[in-house]
Amino acid sequence: MILNQLTIHEAHRLLKTKQLSSVELTKASLERIQQVEPKVHALVTITDELALRQAEKADELIATGDTHPLTGIPVVIKDNMCTKGTRTTCSSRMLENFVPPYDATVVEKLNDCGAVIIGKANMDEFAMGSSTENSALFATHNPWDLSRVPGGSSGGSATAVATDETTYALGSDTGGSIRQPAGFCSVTGLKPTYGRVSRYGLVAFASSLDQIGPLTRDVTDCALVLNAIAGYDTRDATSVPYPTPDYTQCLTTDLNGLRLGVPKEYFVKGMQAEVETAIRTAINKLEELGARVEWEVSLPHTPYALAAYYIIAPSEAMANLARYDGVKYGFSYRETDNMWEALEKTRQYGFGAEVKRRIMLGTYALSAGYYDAWYLKAQKVRTLIRQEFDQAFDKFDALVTPTSPTVPFKIGEKVDDPLQMYLSDVCTLPINIAGLPAISIPAGFADGLPIGMQIIGKPFSEETLLKIAYAYQQATDWHKRRPNI
Amino acid sequence: MKLSREEVQHIALLARLGLTETEVDRFREQLSNILENFEVLQQVDTKDIPPTAQSITLQNVTKDDEVAASLPQSQILANAPRKDRDFFRVRAVLE
Repeated sequence: MILNQLTIHEAHRLLKTKQLSSVELTKASLERIQQVEPKVHALVTITDELALRQAEKADELIATGDTHPLTGIPVVIKDNMCTKGTRTTCSSRMLENFVPPYDATVVEKLNDCGAVIIGKANMDEFAMGSSTENSALFATHNPWDLSRVPGGSSGGSATAVATDETTYALGSDTGGSIRQPAGFCSVTGLKPTYGRVSRYGLVAFASSLDQIGPLTRDVTDCALVLNAIAGYDTRDATSVPYPTPDYTQCLTTDLNGLRLGVPKEYFVKGMQAEVETAIRTAINKLEELGARVEWEVSLPHTPYALAAYYIIAPSEAMANLARYDGVKYGFSYRETDNMWEALEKTRQYGFGAEVKRRIMLGTYALSAGYYDAWYLKAQKVRTLIRQEFDQAFDKFDALVTPTSPTVPFKIGEKVDDPLQMYLSDVCTLPINIAGLPAISIPAGFADGLPIGMQIIGKPFSEETLLKIAYAYQQATDWHKRRPNI
Repeated sequence: MKLSREEVQHIALLARLGLTETEVDRFREQLSNILENFEVLQQVDTKDIPPTAQSITLQNVTKDDEVAASLPQSQILANAPRKDRDFFRVRAVLE
């Protein structure tokens, strides 16, 4: 039994019955990190001292019989979630030495469960990107093929789980940033409904699109983490005051009566043939498990979602990133006494190219003379996209699509062509625009490279998504495969 | 649609982003290309369609104005690039 390969639920059983200690489990993960990090570079900060302190506290809790399913289990947190006393960089020069004075709500919740925070994960800078190549610090490498990207922007989180550096991780998703790297690294990744999980302490990128969610080895683990992080938070005015169900109760293998739709627009022109085959095979499997599948469902406004997203998200981002001015925290340009020059040069040197591109896109779309044609127009198209989904969910319990049109691409392949990079999120973006929940699960491989299947649900239907994903994972073993590293 | 250099410089000024001359040219190319591709949005008939700013239906979420402990000043100033006693030190705003 390799300790750092255990799932949360397996580790929990062993911890509760004292066959394993949190310190042992944590040490095994730290050793694995030392072994694999030189190859994948998934982590910005390894919080080994904190982790061992928390592991000792967890063992004390377990000794008193006070255990939560997550007690004593190592977690990696994407580096855009504030961890008090531990630097939180967003993989940007702007926040390279920023040490938050508070914990994000999700971090507080995990700490209250007795979690063991083992590291902060590398990401695309300020969550802007689909490959983790936009990190200002270093690139993360896909463990299935080190010459390829792990996806982004939660590439570090997905890699840390796929390489068994950690038992699970938290990521954030604004346009696909949990699901696409989950697909590229062959792990399970869930973006909850907008408002399901508090954004307090998540460094804001696009306030109407951002959500935090789990990256895990399997669906049961995903449900356990969602149980811990979901819920109303008075500190996040966009968090919904709905009760949180126990997401582990919905996990059955019987999909009878479930109506699944397959929107044809997600099988885009230029999509990789092996990916299409794998997804169609996976959907056939769902049919075998009892679901009723309707192929060729149409969501005609899907092709406009990319443009709508890349107007809305940068617009919200330019507002959220206006705070980085070198005054209160973060990088600050020193070689001038002129206030404007200090401001402009702080932002010139603190931000990377993709961040600047998006700030400029957003500024343009919101500026006088252009607001109606761009931002307002995009918001109206957003309404149409959401309405289309709402109509689909009258007929279907869930929609099934590929997570990405291709397998992971090579490092350097798309980084000089922003539009090509944006296209890699074409299957995931519409979901954020509409505020829906969606999960990506491993659904096969092409030449040893991972393929993910995405299941989309109506708002607050995470239970349905988890049920479908669970049934699929009981009947297949893609998710049990490990990279040879 | 091609953005002019002046337009790019104007956008950078609004966003308070310093750009080198090379960056102005590079972003001009890239942003023009991106925006050209996004002009497809104009094809969509959005007559009488209201804009969506938020995907949830919450409205007017408020909190009672109760005084509670905040963060201690020392923690707030801990990341300050320049500080002076209890203040963030800034450059002169008015000449």
